[in-house]
Amino acid sequence: MKYDVAVIGAGVVGSLITRELSKYNIKIALLERANDCAMGATKANSAIVHAGFDAVPGTLKAKLNVRGVELMKKVCSELHVPLKNNEALVVAFSDDEIPHLKELLERGVKNGVPELRIVNREELVKLEPNIGDTAVGALVAPTSSIVCPYELTIAGVENAVTNGAEFLRNCEVKNIKKVDGDFVLDTTLGDITATYVINAAGVHSGEIAALIGDDSIEIVVRHGDYYLLDKSQGSLVSRTIFQCPTKMGKGVLVSPTVDGNLIVGPSAEDIDDGDDVSTTPVGLDKIYVNAIKSVPAVSLRNAITSFSGNRAHPTSDDFIIGSSKADKNFINAAGIESPGLSSAPAIAEMIDGIINELSGGFEKKENFDPIRPEPVRFRHMTTEERAKLIEKNKAYGRIVCRCETITEGEILDAIHAPAGARDVDGVKRRTRAGMGRCQGGFCGSKVVEILARELNVPMNEITKFGGESKIMYHKTK
Amino acid sequence: MLNYDLVVVGGGPAGMAAALKAKEEGVEKIVILERAETLGGILEQCIHTGFGLHYFGEELSGPEYAGRFIEQVEKTDIDVFTDTMVLNISGDNVVTAVNNNEGLMQFKAIAVVLAMGCRERPRGALSIAGSRPAGIMTAGTAQKYVNIDGYMPGKKVVILGSGDIGLIMARRMTLEGAEVKVVCELMPYSGGLTRNIVQCLDDFGIPLRLSCTVVKTHGKDRLEGVTVAKVDDKLQPIPGTEEYIECDTLLLSVGLIPENELSKDVGVELDRVTSGPVVDEYRETLHPGIFACGNVLQVHDLVDYVTEESQIAGKGAADYIFGKKKGGTFINTKGINGVRYIVPQRVNIEGEENLKLYFRVGQVYKGAKVVVECDGKILSSKKKVKLAPGEMENVTITTEMLKDMNKDSEIIVRVEE
Amino acid sequence: MKKSLICVSCPLGCPIEVEIENGEVISVSGNTCKRGDQYARTEITNPVRSLTTSVKVEGGVHPVVPVKSAGPVPKDKMFDCMKVINEATIKAPVKIGDIVIENICGLGVDIVATNCDCGK
Repeated sequence: MKYDVAVIGAGVVGSLITRELSKYNIKIALLERANDCAMGATKANSAIVHAGFDAVPGTLKAKLNVRGVELMKKVCSELHVPLKNNEALVVAFSDDEIPHLKELLERGVKNGVPELRIVNREELVKLEPNIGDTAVGALVAPTSSIVCPYELTIAGVENAVTNGAEFLRNCEVKNIKKVDGDFVLDTTLGDITATYVINAAGVHSGEIAALIGDDSIEIVVRHGDYYLLDKSQGSLVSRTIFQCPTKMGKGVLVSPTVDGNLIVGPSAEDIDDGDDVSTTPVGLDKIYVNAIKSVPAVSLRNAITSFSGNRAHPTSDDFIIGSSKADKNFINAAGIESPGLSSAPAIAEMIDGIINELSGGFEKKENFDPIRPEPVRFRHMTTEERAKLIEKNKAYGRIVCRCETITEGEILDAIHAPAGARDVDGVKRRTRAGMGRCQGGFCGSKVVEILARELNVPMNEITKFGGESKIMYHKTK
Repeated sequence: MLNYDLVVVGGGPAGMAAALKAKEEGVEKIVILERAETLGGILEQCIHTGFGLHYFGEELSGPEYAGRFIEQVEKTDIDVFTDTMVLNISGDNVVTAVNNNEGLMQFKAIAVVLAMGCRERPRGALSIAGSRPAGIMTAGTAQKYVNIDGYMPGKKVVILGSGDIGLIMARRMTLEGAEVKVVCELMPYSGGLTRNIVQCLDDFGIPLRLSCTVVKTHGKDRLEGVTVAKVDDKLQPIPGTEEYIECDTLLLSVGLIPENELSKDVGVELDRVTSGPVVDEYRETLHPGIFACGNVLQVHDLVDYVTEESQIAGKGAADYIFGKKKGGTFINTKGINGVRYIVPQRVNIEGEENLKLYFRVGQVYKGAKVVVECDGKILSSKKKVKLAPGEMENVTITTEMLKDMNKDSEIIVRVEE
Repeated sequence: MKKSLICVSCPLGCPIEVEIENGEVISVSGNTCKRGDQYARTEITNPVRSLTTSVKVEGGVHPVVPVKSAGPVPKDKMFDCMKVINEATIKAPVKIGDIVIENICGLGVDIVATNCDCGK
């Protein structure tokens, strides 16, 4: 297969880059090693669109974060992805930490972050009544938002596919050669030829770059554990609560999610295996101890799940974006750690600029449609809207996931969408079926049944998330 | 808007028994709303025997037990909507439900019986470290795969939690050819019935490790093993006692939680210990006209007791509908010294019938006494060979005892060693 | 010789003491009812259990239908019975009580359906 552009890695960065490039009259392939998009750091991070006060002024991180915040609104509205501007607080827990807040404020001003201010304890308690007793003040960042990172990624891939890009799952890049001026990618799906390659391979971006002899990218895998708490805890705070950052990152945060849960985390630990997303007892413990410092009412009795993600920390400490020194047509979008999600739309814009300069300018598609239609969300509808919907399509009248009120119709939509769900976790990320308090205890088997029926395979071929993650073995009889 | 005298939410053993009792009492328009494709609730997948010894005097399997009630329901004019999910109950007892045949429906009810049952605690509530591969599921999910869908969810199995579902599944998986390596129980005692330990574990040589838990899961795609460790008396893993056990499946049987999301929405007050509604002896919640019974009220170990309790709720609802339910003076019941909770939480001292208080203890007792007292006076005291958290107990309060109580009285049940 | 047992006849699970001499049961104590006495005596001489599992059904709503042994079968014959049941197939419609396998393994016990499947 011959493409103009091959994007390696369908995380939030790869997704938005592919979508950005799908506005041109070119052939694009988005290559993903896993059975779905959003399977790496994208599905396991804090889900924050950071205001941008954290990055060192002048760095790509600083520039792209602030630009990303500007672009995020448009991207999310075009893709119908919920984005909630809930503001953020960086809390100081002693007078010693106040200068730190001032430093962050100054940095933020330099980075062009608007409306930052520092409040004392009295004001802080007014903003967040459940804040810990030892909090003395906070930096308020009104432009901070929350978004669901995998929902954004899935929507981006869907929109890119609608606009002609190809999404190739289970496509792992093993080797890259240069033949007649084009790249030939040796993948698990066979050879793929492309004029330009974009490396958005997350924790593996260093290894991918090395395939063309570019050894400049050094990635440290930074592991972070999280807890997700029941919706009954989702309103403990309305803002994202940070603690003062350390050299390992932004520290433990407590934040509502767009879906109304409470997320707590991450821990931070450097590990060797980029694919090891095991939670650790130490990590989980650390989160809890830190979280209750911010918000003492956080209760792990209400944890519905814990998970972990691996962030691609570049030893250079800044994003690595641009043509590789080894080959200018090989473009890195590597070392994308926090604020990667926030910066993703801006990274896509930057890559768009770079590749157009290299190519001399791609021709724009006349019929490019930036809109990804809004998916049916039965749980958010009024009684009247629901009645109408079911009249049109009876599948919306059958509730499959009771905890989150997800209908069979929504699951069918998720499976049959462009770049649709192929496994149980894929259905879960697209619809929230199985994401509630019972964690799929009741609906898991129904989702397997529906997937098997729609994909026309036996139930025991359905996986949790591709590969060998089969849920059932043989028939009993 | 459809008008009914009684709307029963849930068509498992609780809902059916309540509806049938209300019918027997003369309630005319009754509807059962069931989210599954058939009536019967969780009994449909409980294909083992052990049901009905108290109620029918014979040992039935789950589907047989349910079948007897389904047959009775079919003989009446009780309306049944299956595959129907209740979305909401409003404060004025309007029940909104949906299915893919009739679409959205609203039922206006005089009385509502909540009989939604319970769900299993998932892994997330446990904070087990490690990877998130396929092959980790609740015992009940595995039970559905094996008994309803006819698929094996695993070959080499570790079970965490020795509740009855875990024990039953140990036997079931073994009979179907799986190797059940061990059942780990966090507590120093099993939460399941003793006879299930004998006939589900001992019969097959499956070891039960008490004071032991799973601390880590291993494997990227499918589970490859678990690390188990002993726990101390604070239930914390003891470093150095870790042991790796190879397995492709981890079944969790770590507790049941009454499903009270609908109850909470309508503002029914819940008991913090049972996680079920606070009810009086008629099983009416503090929300007038809303009754609760079965596992949504308190997690039972025997379906026979569910039936008994649901008949009380059905009768209560019927009395309410006919305006016969008496007011009175309600006092609280309270469990202390090892008695974790009592259902009902409220008792009418003007009641005209003997009543039973159901409770569970917090630990295993041998040869201890169950003492009932009120206003410092001992009403009854009975020695028990054994009391265990896994087995629901009851004491009887007679009308004779009620006579001496006043509005400030409190009925106390306690264990005396 | 004394032997301790837990009665599995009902959920009470009575702890039972059995006194045995020359392979014969002399006395049974600790049981609450007659069934306990009966259980203890059989458990010593010829332990039996009721068997529950499922059998393949053709043309049913579900692929399998639950079954049980109409009476107890010897404990050590359970896997023999499973083998026979696993190889059997019945046809929908199935009613509760339908005999699925007669006189399984020559034990004088039938395997009967414990749920209905009226078929697709």
